[in-house]
Amino acid sequence: MVKSDNKKIYPDKGKQMISLVICGEAGRGIQTVEMLLTRIFKLGGLNVFATKEYMSRVRGGSNSTQIIISSKKVLAPLSRIDILVPLDKLALPHLKKRIGKNTIILGEKEKILPEGEILDVPFTKIAEEIGNPIFANIVAVGLIAAIFRINQQIPLEYTRKHFLAKGEKIVQGNMIAIKKGYELASDLRKIESIAQLSIPIPDPQQHIKEEIILNGAEAVSLGAISGGCHFISAYPMSPSTGVLTFLSQHAEEFNIIAEQAEDEISAINMALGAWYTGARGMVTTSGGGFALMQEGVSLAGMLEMPVVIHLAQRPGPATGLPTRTEQGDLELALYSGHGEFPRIIYTPGGIQDLFYLTQRAFNLADEYQIPVIILTDEYLMDSYYNTAEFNLSKIKIEKYISKTKKDYRRYQLAKNGISERGIPGWGEGLVLVDSDEHDEQGRITEDLELRTKMVDKRLKKFKEIKKGEISPELIGNQEYDTLIVGWGSTYHIIKEALESLKEDKVSFLHFKQVYPLPSKTEDYLKKAKKVIMVENNATSQFSKLLKLYTGIEVAHEVLKYNGLPFFVDELIAQLEKII
Amino acid sequence: MENLFDLEEKNIDLAWCPGCGNFGILQALKRAFTELEIKSESLVVVSGIGQAAKTPQYFKTNMFNGLHGRALPVATAIKACNPELTVIAEGGDGDMYGEGGNHFLHAIRRNPNLTNIVHNNMVYGLTKGQASPTSQLGFKTPVQVNGVFLEPFNPLAVAIALNASFVARAFIGDLEQTIEIFKEAIKHKGYALVDIFQPCVSFNKLNTHSWFKEKTFYLKGHDPSDRLAAFEQSIQTEKLPLGIFYKHPGKKTFEEGIKAYEVDKTPIINRMLDREKLRKLIKAKR
Repeated sequence: MVKSDNKKIYPDKGKQMISLVICGEAGRGIQTVEMLLTRIFKLGGLNVFATKEYMSRVRGGSNSTQIIISSKKVLAPLSRIDILVPLDKLALPHLKKRIGKNTIILGEKEKILPEGEILDVPFTKIAEEIGNPIFANIVAVGLIAAIFRINQQIPLEYTRKHFLAKGEKIVQGNMIAIKKGYELASDLRKIESIAQLSIPIPDPQQHIKEEIILNGAEAVSLGAISGGCHFISAYPMSPSTGVLTFLSQHAEEFNIIAEQAEDEISAINMALGAWYTGARGMVTTSGGGFALMQEGVSLAGMLEMPVVIHLAQRPGPATGLPTRTEQGDLELALYSGHGEFPRIIYTPGGIQDLFYLTQRAFNLADEYQIPVIILTDEYLMDSYYNTAEFNLSKIKIEKYISKTKKDYRRYQLAKNGISERGIPGWGEGLVLVDSDEHDEQGRITEDLELRTKMVDKRLKKFKEIKKGEISPELIGNQEYDTLIVGWGSTYHIIKEALESLKEDKVSFLHFKQVYPLPSKTEDYLKKAKKVIMVENNATSQFSKLLKLYTGIEVAHEVLKYNGLPFFVDELIAQLEKII
Repeated sequence: MENLFDLEEKNIDLAWCPGCGNFGILQALKRAFTELEIKSESLVVVSGIGQAAKTPQYFKTNMFNGLHGRALPVATAIKACNPELTVIAEGGDGDMYGEGGNHFLHAIRRNPNLTNIVHNNMVYGLTKGQASPTSQLGFKTPVQVNGVFLEPFNPLAVAIALNASFVARAFIGDLEQTIEIFKEAIKHKGYALVDIFQPCVSFNKLNTHSWFKEKTFYLKGHDPSDRLAAFEQSIQTEKLPLGIFYKHPGKKTFEEGIKAYEVDKTPIINRMLDREKLRKLIKAKR
């Protein structure tokens, strides 16, 4: 392939964006700053994307949040930092590799002891003048909003709303802090590098103000509610806990039973009990917890009991890196549970997918009476951005429960493998489910001919599942020489990289259903002269899966497994070497 | 009274050894359900794995025969999602106290309105004769070759320590009294534990029918609302009391603690998603 002589610059000119990073120790309010700034930018009509990297501790250490502010949507993290706000002395060493010569550092000189150049902004001193050093972060919020020429009323109103519950005194202090930030900005704008920082407010046709802004955990939770979830049981584990928290907080409103189980084994068994009664149940967990659920997954297979499993990956093995990201549990999900039985694995690519696929998971689990796994990761859970409001008219809760007759048999040998699912107490029949191999009634059996029939019955469902499969999405030219392949959370990152590469003959194939592997996969792969796999793991698990089902060996792999997601600029550089 | 729980199929091949205590427990359960006028259709028996856990295979009931040790979480969720069902969690001493030990502790803490029936023969039957958590000190098995030296698990004392809402022990050698205890446990609102002594004719030559008969006696003049007295009775080892040790009738059940049931008692499975509320919640993310 002929390579362009012009060195590609990310982002291209049409896409103006600023990468803002705030870094400081845990427990010092970075999350509040992130929360306020993202909402303020969005209300100001700009696109925002935020993601964080944090340590597994409650206080101390170095955590950072990246906020990308842009005219056109950018939904992926960048290595580059345009503005850095370090809150303590550990911040600069922590981000050393990502600080470039154009990075503007805004901070308090005496707190930071910088090695390089820094624009000294006495946030704490100003806050103390207002009456309390806790206002320091809010002064910074005001300053940053002002640099981007956001109408001052927006942060004032939003901050008031945010702190309302804390009383008038706190609200007033925060308001003054915002105003002080704006005053500071008018001085700083005299500096050339600051004056140049601006993002044109995008075309109002983008309707950014009307869009919703939420993170992955919220999207999964809202998808679950929309899927008719009645029951969630889970043991808290990063990064999956957000879903349990969200559903607990909205349990009363939506008739949900949310229970913190004593362990993950209990959690999945409870969810299966819930489905048995006709309720729709889910669990949310991460690798270690999911490992404990294995026997329960297998039980779902044997009982033909629906269940929805949200598996948010983090780096393993064992405890690994609890607060970081990886796509290392694909094979765990694929082979979870002993014995042979069907399942579906969805791998959402972003907020919209997280919502609609979680919603759909409940319908498909119910329809096919199988476990459906939604495989996400820390990066997806903790990132958020503005996106189109979910369209509820597009979704439906499809129920597949039958009223039983006197002679009801739970495992009647149906042609397509799917027998009618009755529930106890509805109808005249009895509902028997058994983890032992069972007869049509549901009672234990060692009739080996029947055993073969029951295995066939369960596996027949694969054929039905195929009918509702989600094909991979091809991004770019239909005629390609090189095909980049990814699944799950790398969707927007690879898409951004592809757009920037501007290579006519390079396309991207993204899978949001990895299992059963969609039928068209082989055709897509065969068409390419070169296939490049991009995965957030060390052994390219999806390449192995592709080889298993298509026989095609992926020749090039771009892998990252240090606990961080891919950065777009970093990925572009890696892809350029291969293309 | 007609027994409504007998299976219509005759000549069922029961997997139990002749003389096993499970036959009596099966009989006692069917009679207790019949006498309490419970309907098969609204009864769910959840069990784990083991010889005891096969019991619901042999009478007319809805059945969830799940994994070894995991009956209690399943039963808890079933009762919570549909409180109109009568729910029993049944299994043996290895199932409930060994493999499922953690769930046993936390089910007591949750206090779901269900009955936990534990066949306690102080030995593993289905895996052929190893020690169980309740095996007595010195009990020799092919695995515990020098005799058990681990402190036997005391389910009653543990349950009373956790302020369980109903704690009882029965001996299947006395069918009529076992039925009475079952009935009290099922009628009780809240988590009810019934630990039932039963001989294992194949693998336990120490704790035989006559051993239990000699060792046990019924509590007399005991006040089941007195937790300390109940605890004292539960830790006896010379003679083993039978009957209702402890009752805590006012205790809030798990279902009562669920917000969705505070005003509306309709089982959650019969409720529809409020789309308007959902729309508002999504809009609030603007």
